[in-house]
Amino acid sequence: MDVKQQLEFLQDTGGCPHFAERILDTVRSPLRATSIDILQLNVGRRCNLACRHCHVGAGPFRTELMHRRVLEQCLGIASNPGISAIDVTGGSPEMNPHMEWFLDEASRLRKRLMVRSNCAILMEGEYEKFIDIYSRNGVEIVTSLPDWRSEKTDAMRGGGVFGKIIEAMKLLNRRGYAAPESGLVLDIVHNPVGAYLPGAQDSLEHEYRTRLLRDHGVLFNSLYCITNLPVGRYLEYLVRSGNYSDYIRSLCAAYNPAAVENVMCKTTISVGFDGTLYDCDFNQMLELPINHGAPKSVFDFDFEMLRRRVIVVNNHCYGCVAGAGSSCQGTTTA
Amino acid sequence: MAHYYDTEDLEDFPNIVEFAIDSGKRFFEYYGSATGAGRLTEREKALIALAVAVTQNCPYCIDAYTNKCLSLGVSSDEMMEAVHTGAAMMAGITLAHSTQMRKIIKKKEM
Repeated sequence: MDVKQQLEFLQDTGGCPHFAERILDTVRSPLRATSIDILQLNVGRRCNLACRHCHVGAGPFRTELMHRRVLEQCLGIASNPGISAIDVTGGSPEMNPHMEWFLDEASRLRKRLMVRSNCAILMEGEYEKFIDIYSRNGVEIVTSLPDWRSEKTDAMRGGGVFGKIIEAMKLLNRRGYAAPESGLVLDIVHNPVGAYLPGAQDSLEHEYRTRLLRDHGVLFNSLYCITNLPVGRYLEYLVRSGNYSDYIRSLCAAYNPAAVENVMCKTTISVGFDGTLYDCDFNQMLELPINHGAPKSVFDFDFEMLRRRVIVVNNHCYGCVAGAGSSCQGTTTA
Repeated sequence: MAHYYDTEDLEDFPNIVEFAIDSGKRFFEYYGSATGAGRLTEREKALIALAVAVTQNCPYCIDAYTNKCLSLGVSSDEMMEAVHTGAAMMAGITLAHSTQMRKIIKKKEM
């Protein structure tokens, strides 16, 4: 499904008000950024996996990769004292040929440095070196593990992937990741394996912690629940399985004004592989760049203008403010 | 009204306070505390609620609590086990009530 078709589908909210109207109705003004705390870089859409829920539509066949010139520009931007964290995502970030250099440079900035790795790639020969690269640079690893049961994770991410993630987590644990006092952080992202919303984050974290330790001897730091937004392959799945209407209505029905307060886009800026700026990674995949007069590229970056920008919204945004809220850092309400 | 049960009616559940707002609010306070985590986990309570929903034939509750169980990572095997517990209870309750029938039969028959 191309971007135009996705946006057409998203206009069908099953009779619920469109997100922009809902925001105006409840917040009384358009959604606006308050800071740029996190610089999130999507360094490419190439991935060793092709997961069924991937909003990026990533896979081994994708060719989009962030060029070194863009990465250099991002390092300059990240040195701004207002930015406290660099969040690297993809695709599989390890498949960007400049990643080792970038992480070595980025760690010199002494900021929180995160990589969203599928971890399965760390079990593939040429990418094993990233275990060293991550640990020497104090990189926080955030790995997607949709379920603690192999059959459910493999149903979403592909046969045998669960086993590889567990083996990679064991290697990372041995390296000190998730060990007390090590300073090396290994977090898990939970996405529902199907057309339903995630449950309570603390409850799921307890289940994961108990079962991963008991069944596999694996440790992790925190679990983040992320609602699947109706974008990319997940939207295709919803439409194909006849779940789209129920799902978008569920998101609308679970609209939580309290979650709007801490929605991720208010403190994050997302950079595409070509240096285009977006309010979030989902807008990036829907080709909805930053607008309303703010600069649209890393090469025109203006911290003050971007810090106060009006955020571009569409109906997929319901996913970030449903229930307890959802962001790349998990739920947005206590 | 095309059907007695419409899927969309589940979304109307918060509106059952209509026409009796004070009682409705008190019900929701009670409902929230009774179904939230306490000495039992939210997960355990969701399974109890699912079993009750199925035995009481409530389509709205079955929809709500199947989704809640999925959200909390309850497996299909665990949910079906809870349903069988409910089914066994219903069978047992039915058979236990035959006691009255048996007592009457024994009293009335020569």
